[in-house]
Amino acid sequence: MSQPPRIVITGLGLTAPNGNSLKEFRANLLAGKARITEIEVRHMGRQPAGVCDFDATKWQKRKEIRNGTRAGSISIYCAREALADAGLDWEKVNKARVGVYLGITEHGNVETENEIFNISQFGNDTKYWTHHHNPRTVANNPAGEVTMNMGITGPHYTIGAACAAGNAGLIQAAQMLQLGEVDLAFAGGISESIHTFGIFAGFKNQGALGSHTDPNQASRPFDKNRNGIVISEGGAIYVLERLDDALARGARIIAEIAGWCINSDATDAVLPNPERQTQCVQMALERAKLRPQDINIVSTHATATAQGDIQECIALRNVFQHCPQTYINNTKSFIGHCMGAAGALELAGNLPSFEDNWVHPTINISELDPECALPGLVVNQPQQVPEVKTILNNSFGMLGINSALIVKKYEVA
Amino acid sequence: MTKNDIKQVVLDIIADIAPDEDLSAVKPEVRLRDQLSLDSMDFLDIVMELRKKHGIEVPEADYVQLASLDSCAEYLLPKFLAKQGK
Repeated sequence: MSQPPRIVITGLGLTAPNGNSLKEFRANLLAGKARITEIEVRHMGRQPAGVCDFDATKWQKRKEIRNGTRAGSISIYCAREALADAGLDWEKVNKARVGVYLGITEHGNVETENEIFNISQFGNDTKYWTHHHNPRTVANNPAGEVTMNMGITGPHYTIGAACAAGNAGLIQAAQMLQLGEVDLAFAGGISESIHTFGIFAGFKNQGALGSHTDPNQASRPFDKNRNGIVISEGGAIYVLERLDDALARGARIIAEIAGWCINSDATDAVLPNPERQTQCVQMALERAKLRPQDINIVSTHATATAQGDIQECIALRNVFQHCPQTYINNTKSFIGHCMGAAGALELAGNLPSFEDNWVHPTINISELDPECALPGLVVNQPQQVPEVKTILNNSFGMLGINSALIVKKYEVA
Repeated sequence: MTKNDIKQVVLDIIADIAPDEDLSAVKPEVRLRDQLSLDSMDFLDIVMELRKKHGIEVPEADYVQLASLDSCAEYLLPKFLAKQGK
């Protein structure tokens, strides 16, 4: 089997609770600035959450915003910003050869909850149920809204992969480019989850919803006193191309996709399995033709649950215990858990390390949990390192889905 | 309640469902679709808002009556008056 074509990232658009561009997001990660606020959640009162404040009207008409979904708006904003970042002459791009592949943790809960509430105001008479419900809740909605907004006529769909979805969207796009199904892909992950009370109530009753008197300290992975997940919205969408195409058009190459793995625990619906996580990371390394000591940054998935953080640390010790040049961080400590967007956003915040050789920290650690005291963990303060050439991005999710994605600094090989 | 009141009710609904449209010069005798960017889902929104906000039912067979502001006023006025009379 011949070598598949190399795949590169040539553009990126994002919205995170603490930034609506990579520049702003990165600056806040290096400055240690979290941005978690309290919002009113239906039936549950005030809860800490990560809220994005991008201007949806930058790329959408008000009617599009009204008729579509929050997930659609996030997707359109990120895709449009990614397009601008990629420097493509959009008029000349063959839109039939463009694909949109977006990872989602869930979709449709927001609209369904809203409609159940809506008809409850009318005696639960279903004649008051909106005709917009189905186009808003079909699983391809966020990706489909992108195609309608941008006139893309190639394939579009979402990849349901729980909280591994951000990586899964990127992996799907890389595979489709390698197969020649498309010539250009918009891919990543998005989430509107803060607008559904069900996800808050589910985590609360699972004993996994984070809280703190200071919302900005509510998400504290690896801290001994962590008490759960802070739910956030957000999105990160990348422009991916085959290397040859990117070089031919003189594109700025942000990074190269080096390898990946998605596997399954096949053990428990919610409890992670460090053995399978270890295998996932090892398989990604093998596919990238890299050794553990070749990885400079590990962007962890850790969500600040009591057990999950420890399980990931077990997996990382299994692989990286003898790697003094491997630095480990976590982004959820700044922005909470952006669900379907988490993996894509967490990778994005680390990409500038290829240029500046700084590793952003994991923050909110007052007392490091000894079981999470990984060698190389960058705690509370950013760290300047000799060189960053590779990033391994972990994203795991319920039903035992694990993903590890490795990107590397582009070098002419 | 007058026909002009009805036209304003419909315009107010359209202002909500099509917020990008300039409604300052809508011609009452011309089909709404011919002068505004409205699709079939938008007309269903008009029907839904009449139901929700005003308790007015428009059966599917009568959707054609909502074509223009004039036809809306003609068709809806008796319904609004009947509602007021209750």
